[in-house]
Amino acid sequence: MATDRDITATIDALPGLDASAPPLEVNDLQVEFRTRNGIARAVNGVSFSLQAGETLAILGESGCGKSVTAQAIMGIIDSPPGFVTGGEIKYRGVDLLKLPESQRRKIRANRVAMIFQDALSALNPVFTVGFQLSELFRKHRGMSRADGKARAVELLDLVKIPAAKQRVSDFPHQFSGGMRQRVMIAMALALDPEVLIADEPTTALDVTVQAQVMALLAELQRERNMGLVLITHDMGVVADVADRISVMYAGRVVEEAPVRDIYASPAHPYTKALLESIPRIDLKGQELNVIKGLPPALTNIPAGCSFNPRCRYAQDVCRADPEPPRFALAPSRTSACHFWKEVKGDE
Amino acid sequence: MSDVVLETKDLVKHFPLTQGILFKRQIGAVRAVDGINLQLHRGETLGIVGESGCGKSTLAKLLVGLETPSSGSIMVHGADIAGRSGAEMRRARRNIQLVMQDPYTSLNPRMTVGDLIGEPFEIHPDVAPKSDRSRRVQELLELVGLNPDHINRYPHQFSGGQRQRIGIARALALRPEIILCDEPVSALDVSIQAQVINLLEQLQKELGLSYIFIAHDLSVVRHIAHRVGVMYLGKIAEIGTEEEIYEQPTHPYTQALLSAVPLPDPTVRGLRDQIVLEGDVPSPADPPSGCRFRTRCWKAQDICAAEEPTLTVRATSAHPSACHFAEVRNVVRVTE
Amino acid sequence: MSDPTHPTAPAGGTEVAPPPPEPAPAPATTERNASLWADARRQLLRDPVFIAASIYVLLVASMAAFPTLWTRQDPRACDVQRTRIAPSWEHPFGFNNLGCDYYSHAIHGARPSLQIAIFATLGIVLLGGTAGLLAGYFGGWVDAIISRITDIFFSLPFLLGAIVFLTVIKQQNVWTLAAVLIVLGWTTIARIMRGSVLSSKGLDYVQAAKAMGAGHGRLMLRHILPNAIAPLVVYATITLGAFVSAEATLTYLGVGLQPPEESWGIMISQHQVYFLDHPWLLLFPCGLLVGTVLSFILMGDALRDALDPKLR
Repeated sequence: MATDRDITATIDALPGLDASAPPLEVNDLQVEFRTRNGIARAVNGVSFSLQAGETLAILGESGCGKSVTAQAIMGIIDSPPGFVTGGEIKYRGVDLLKLPESQRRKIRANRVAMIFQDALSALNPVFTVGFQLSELFRKHRGMSRADGKARAVELLDLVKIPAAKQRVSDFPHQFSGGMRQRVMIAMALALDPEVLIADEPTTALDVTVQAQVMALLAELQRERNMGLVLITHDMGVVADVADRISVMYAGRVVEEAPVRDIYASPAHPYTKALLESIPRIDLKGQELNVIKGLPPALTNIPAGCSFNPRCRYAQDVCRADPEPPRFALAPSRTSACHFWKEVKGDE
Repeated sequence: MSDVVLETKDLVKHFPLTQGILFKRQIGAVRAVDGINLQLHRGETLGIVGESGCGKSTLAKLLVGLETPSSGSIMVHGADIAGRSGAEMRRARRNIQLVMQDPYTSLNPRMTVGDLIGEPFEIHPDVAPKSDRSRRVQELLELVGLNPDHINRYPHQFSGGQRQRIGIARALALRPEIILCDEPVSALDVSIQAQVINLLEQLQKELGLSYIFIAHDLSVVRHIAHRVGVMYLGKIAEIGTEEEIYEQPTHPYTQALLSAVPLPDPTVRGLRDQIVLEGDVPSPADPPSGCRFRTRCWKAQDICAAEEPTLTVRATSAHPSACHFAEVRNVVRVTE
Repeated sequence: MSDPTHPTAPAGGTEVAPPPPEPAPAPATTERNASLWADARRQLLRDPVFIAASIYVLLVASMAAFPTLWTRQDPRACDVQRTRIAPSWEHPFGFNNLGCDYYSHAIHGARPSLQIAIFATLGIVLLGGTAGLLAGYFGGWVDAIISRITDIFFSLPFLLGAIVFLTVIKQQNVWTLAAVLIVLGWTTIARIMRGSVLSSKGLDYVQAAKAMGAGHGRLMLRHILPNAIAPLVVYATITLGAFVSAEATLTYLGVGLQPPEESWGIMISQHQVYFLDHPWLLLFPCGLLVGTVLSFILMGDALRDALDPKLR
């Protein structure tokens, strides 16, 4: 039975481990899905890095590849039909893609954890919440059943579930949506991971509950100096909590910047168009700009810049391969647009 | 914007909770809609907002006739259509049509687009003669911005936004005055939402439509609605013009709801008037006595448990609010 | 794992699934009539097991429909002198215990077996399907009555009930056998249909049609039935095979068809005693029977996989 020390020992012994390297670093990740209709290039060269205590938001609409990226990091892509065909995913300098599954499993949950959009399908409906939580401790930490249960109650308290001692013997369906999400957060944090990936954690929740859950996440992150990767399409939530944003479109990162810069002066036409198309609660009667066209089918991504058919700044250079490089506008600010200067200047 | 085209009076829908196998005994009821009074004027959009469990989907079903009310009336141009059946009432119901939330499940996958949009004509054959139907369907496709040549395609050959347009075209077939939009853009991507919202607004101007727009996304509702009603546990907490509700909300629930909506503006982080509600929404089968919101309200006093506040205009503001202590508090604008 | 380029979950918050919708395909591509059935047909035609099974079934069906295509021999031309002669080139199945050409018996025997199976299946589909549709659609007391009737018939033991009915009726021909199978077999289809209808009733597009003012008939036939019928078709296909063997069973027990009618069941019951000396007398009809039943089951399996929208 593994204990905390055993796990740490195993992880410390991993080749290439560098305690000063960022807890999560993704370099040029490529993921494709082989389907009846062709090869869908779901992730096409995504790179980012996350520091301890930082919140990185991956922003994009459906089909942009953000969830697939998260699944690739966790190593939970269904294969077939999905295959990671290139790139690196590094935990403190160790490339997870090169590790055997047994070692990768140790990293999963112990160092990098994930929460999903729908807690009801992420939690096992036939076991109590307490059982599921304590099982984590029994399996990964070698605790006894009683100790595991005690820790489970502590965790439920941590995520502010009232009457934790009674609720620990409840089943997932007996919790409301927001409470279930908190249980899922408790499960993810049980083994003290360094990085938490949250895939649309509040999309299915009411706005008041969303506010509570996001506040909880922020508090827990601060307490543990944990890195948070927040995957979402909601530009309001991102503005509230993120430190940096990576905007994805058709499997690529099109813009990356500190949060204030992105909203104040976006440097990619897609980011700009997104900002112009969302209605805001503090403005009324504004003209909603429409992004004409549709996102491309992942089996048939346009040549050159994948956004070019919908872009009002597009020129010939955008329509032909190679795809635009990531221009560095400033330290920690990039944009994959040939005309980023115009986009930025157009205010 | 003068006539009232649709009005509900004390509309109530309770779902009985039963026990027993052979002989069912009623042990309670889920009070999904518990006394709603609404008015919809010609050419206006009335937004109904609320969180899950507030009863807005049940309200939508009542208005289009998918559920019959337990009591109360729904009047279209003065004629009560609630719970009545028969040919007369079917004709009256033509005037209210429905646009549903999920474009992936609201269209029968086995019917072509032409069949789908033309189905209202088949159900109400006196609206258009057979020979004319195909032309009308093509007109409707153009009206919503789709290619009329695609009349023989199947829904899965279209994107989500396009399917929603098909749903809108179908709702327009019988030339209704009132369209009930039940979360019409919630299932769409952000960039597509704008297309559909713009289309709805444009159609309203062109055809003089009145909308009841039910949604949980307050930003979308602000954009499209003229008047807004806020629902909580089956009742309306507050109702007023869009400006009154968003900038001068008086009911604590409205204020909490508005303060919880994140703004896409990182510069206001930490500067907003954040009201965080404690606790969960009570069960609609067992709502609190008096004011239903009192269990989560920071202003609650004894009178709130004893006496249910009615939805009336209070001394402190120009629009009706169901709170004994209604007071304007602007939570959307940033406090300097 | 669903096809990531197939429109699935709504946008703005996908579950743990690969990227969902591709937008409308480029207009230039084929106007494929891609309804569920067309897609299923395409998939089935690429499935070798399904094709093999259907070919076998078609062969047997042609035996039943056009026996003279398969054999010129008259099954009644029997000569006791030739009893139980082993198979030869002119008489591939040899001769039976009465000296009749066994091969022509087998060919002619296909017809009653298939007739009974087809009539019975049609019967249960119509009877059970209608009952299930009405019960599921209307609910309330209609459902209560139909479900209780279904339960009563469900509790009748199949074999015992069949034997009792047939003994009482005293007439043993294709029609009475089919009738017995229908009476004892409709309940499962009713249950399947009812469940299917119950889950289809709540579908958004059914609600949309209801909100438009569609009446019961239109809702049931245009919207609910096409969506609910897939499990029924699968079950019916498999039941066809089961009924073929049911007839053989009843005939073997003596309550089914009687000589001089020919059926595989009769062939089996009459020649079982000769198994040790002349095994082919038993093996040929058994082989045909098992082959037919197996083919129907395989077809039903393939059909179920093809019609399952989740596996697309």
